[in-house]
Amino acid sequence: MSKSWRFPLRAAALGAAAAAFSAAVLLAPASALAQKTIKFIPEADLKSLDPVWTTAYITRNHGYMVYDTLFATDAKFQVHPQMVDKYETSRDRLTWTFTLRDGLKFHDGAPVRSADCVASIERWAKRDVLGQKLGEMTESWTAVDDKTFRLKLKKPFAYVLEALGKPSSNVPFILPERLAKTDAFTQVTDATGSGPFKMVKAEWVPGSKVVYVKNTDYVPRKEAPSWAAGGKVVKVDRVEWLYIPDSATAANAINAGEVDWWQQLPSDLVPLLSKNKDIKIENTDPLGSTGMIRFNHLQPPFNNQKLRQALLYVVNQQDYAIGIAGDPKNGMPCASYFSCGTPLASDAGSAVLSGKRDLEKAKALVKESGYKGEKIVVLDATDQPIVHPQALITTELLKKIGLNAELQAGDWGTLITRRSSKEPVEKGGWSIFHTWWVGPDLATPALNAALRGAGEKAWFGWPNDAEMEKLRDAWFDAPDLAAQKKIAQQMQLRAWVTVPYIPTARFTVPTAYRTNLSGLLVSPMNLMWNVDKK
Amino acid sequence: MFAYFIRRLLATIPVMGVVALFVFSLLYISPGDPAAVIAGDIATAEDIARIRAKLGLDEPYLVRFGTWLWALAHGDLGVSIFTGLPVSRLIGQRIEPTLALTLCTLIITVAVAVPVGVVAAWKAGTWIDRSVMGFSVLGFSIPVFVIAYLLIMLFSMQLGWLPVQGYRSINEGWWPFTSHMILPSVALGTVYMALIARITRATMLEVLAQDYVRTAQAKGLSSSQVLIGHALKNASVPIVTVIGIGIALLISGVVVTETVFAIPGIGRLTVDAILRRDYPIIQAVTLLFSGVYVLINLAVDMSYTFLDPRIRY
Repeated sequence: MSKSWRFPLRAAALGAAAAAFSAAVLLAPASALAQKTIKFIPEADLKSLDPVWTTAYITRNHGYMVYDTLFATDAKFQVHPQMVDKYETSRDRLTWTFTLRDGLKFHDGAPVRSADCVASIERWAKRDVLGQKLGEMTESWTAVDDKTFRLKLKKPFAYVLEALGKPSSNVPFILPERLAKTDAFTQVTDATGSGPFKMVKAEWVPGSKVVYVKNTDYVPRKEAPSWAAGGKVVKVDRVEWLYIPDSATAANAINAGEVDWWQQLPSDLVPLLSKNKDIKIENTDPLGSTGMIRFNHLQPPFNNQKLRQALLYVVNQQDYAIGIAGDPKNGMPCASYFSCGTPLASDAGSAVLSGKRDLEKAKALVKESGYKGEKIVVLDATDQPIVHPQALITTELLKKIGLNAELQAGDWGTLITRRSSKEPVEKGGWSIFHTWWVGPDLATPALNAALRGAGEKAWFGWPNDAEMEKLRDAWFDAPDLAAQKKIAQQMQLRAWVTVPYIPTARFTVPTAYRTNLSGLLVSPMNLMWNVDKK
Repeated sequence: MFAYFIRRLLATIPVMGVVALFVFSLLYISPGDPAAVIAGDIATAEDIARIRAKLGLDEPYLVRFGTWLWALAHGDLGVSIFTGLPVSRLIGQRIEPTLALTLCTLIITVAVAVPVGVVAAWKAGTWIDRSVMGFSVLGFSIPVFVIAYLLIMLFSMQLGWLPVQGYRSINEGWWPFTSHMILPSVALGTVYMALIARITRATMLEVLAQDYVRTAQAKGLSSSQVLIGHALKNASVPIVTVIGIGIALLISGVVVTETVFAIPGIGRLTVDAILRRDYPIIQAVTLLFSGVYVLINLAVDMSYTFLDPRIRY
């Protein structure tokens, strides 16, 4: 009996399906295992993608992930080329010519061209404080060819490189021209850059998660990384920013190993996490931030210089440092109008704030001021752990020197709206609010907006001090660092007299990370290149 | 009844209209300015004014309300001021976790509370009854976030059985989804378990004292037949009402739970939007919640006709 052989079609199909399934099952975990993913809890939720539209530090940090800069500042405050390969200046220092380095590409594959750089810088210069100064000095920006562009100045400006390498908000990131042509007051919602990471926008859940993957086309510089300068070598495949608003949950998540890195660890949780040998707690911000008491110079009673000076004699920076940072190790006095740890910081005239506290002197100044018991409104934002303790301490101090102070509690959203009111307190105005700025933002007269005396055009509080403005202009014209320092000291001496604001304390917020991470950069900005994961 | 259903459904339109007007007006007069939040600390008043103008926030009240209503009528919920993303997309991203959390909580709550309440009524005055009442008082008294932290400490940190935080979609697998839902659902459900267990017990006690129950017992029916077939069925109207109210309360309760467990749901979206004055999101979510409340009430009213044949509309 012959038996015809039949191909076992059904069995073969089942076998093939099983093999395919097994391969999928086996290969999928393998590829997942091969992926190095850092799970990171950022300081805030990423709401906006446009680092020119908003000054939010979280958006600045996002900018460093996806964009690159022409120049960058290192830990010694030196500016180095980043996207730029070489640059030259004319003898009269009026013409600057920049040439881009090879291999720069946007995430969509398009090469970075001079036109992209020119459009990006022009847009940035409309919003940024130093950019605006550069804009005032600029005659034109011109794209000479795809890799070369030129800046022509109206008069020599010593801070061209400092402006183009500005490390903190607003950072002059380079966007594709099609995006950079957007009005500076309209938000760009496309995160296409040429930086070391690419944002995976499809996985973005505002309020919860932002995903970045390594930009494999990125060509890092050869130099070692230092702040935002040097080689941006990405050592992981993927980074997930997981916004966890509740600090107890965030602490549990890093303790349990569900996340690798928590950018800003509240000081009260340091003892808890210190017990875990798999977690390191470090301070990666060398400059820290500075808190401040800001007065309303337009309305009584703080339109009176004597009254502002009175408070200067009773503010104890140590109290504010502990109030903000909790742990004395993370809060420290800094009686300087320019960020401590930066070249222009000094103790010129600082004794009024750092010397022995003098209640009697303060009361005498109150009397001299002719204070008539006007109501003082201190704005408080109870949802801001840096603002709230400052408001409480200041209100007590005001009462202590005999002032009629009232703490008006609200949230941060309300505070930043109310502070724009120039009305008297009876009509919804204010007398004092508190805030804080990161180190790089108070490092120079060009950046320290709170020090300016431009009257109603100045930052909230609107001090009117023509002498301070003159000194600031003179600083821009200073030929070298020694001259800059001298003028900065004069500005500080002037500020101790006119008291545009009072620096309350310098503080740092430690970072916590699992020991399987290495290579975290010490920088005022949170930078994620160079970080490896075991 | 169908006519009644349609009438009620149509009645939601003016209700939503009033809600829309109320929400918009409230936001208009409340302090806070998204332009100031966007501009940041370094901005000048002029910068803020320009951003406000770009966002159309400087338009008069009636123009803004009219524009919003017109867009709403065309199914356009607007665009988030901060992210620049459509509000419908943001709500779409967040609705699944909130829905999952609400449903899981509801299932756990009803599955535990109703039987426990029935047993407590059946064993009224015994240690079982006292224990149930004791636990329900405890359930009422402890805030959700305390229960949440206690559960995390025990089941995540000590035993390592369940994750601390986060959300996994059911598309990522049954166990990842369930493991991320257990603790939040139990934490959120505790207070509702207590509420429903107490209501079930009280209603059952009332029903168990009725003549027809005594008759059923005299006929020789088993305890379970009497309890479930006769008593529970007749006690179900107030229980369902409380469960309906509970769903509405659950929606507001998810805010705390979503924050503690870092679940990206509607509750957190709303709180974030309020803190930043992201008006289009606040308006859309409030309308959504109002719509859900109205529909839940309608569903509860409709359910009465199935539970009690005497009720007719």
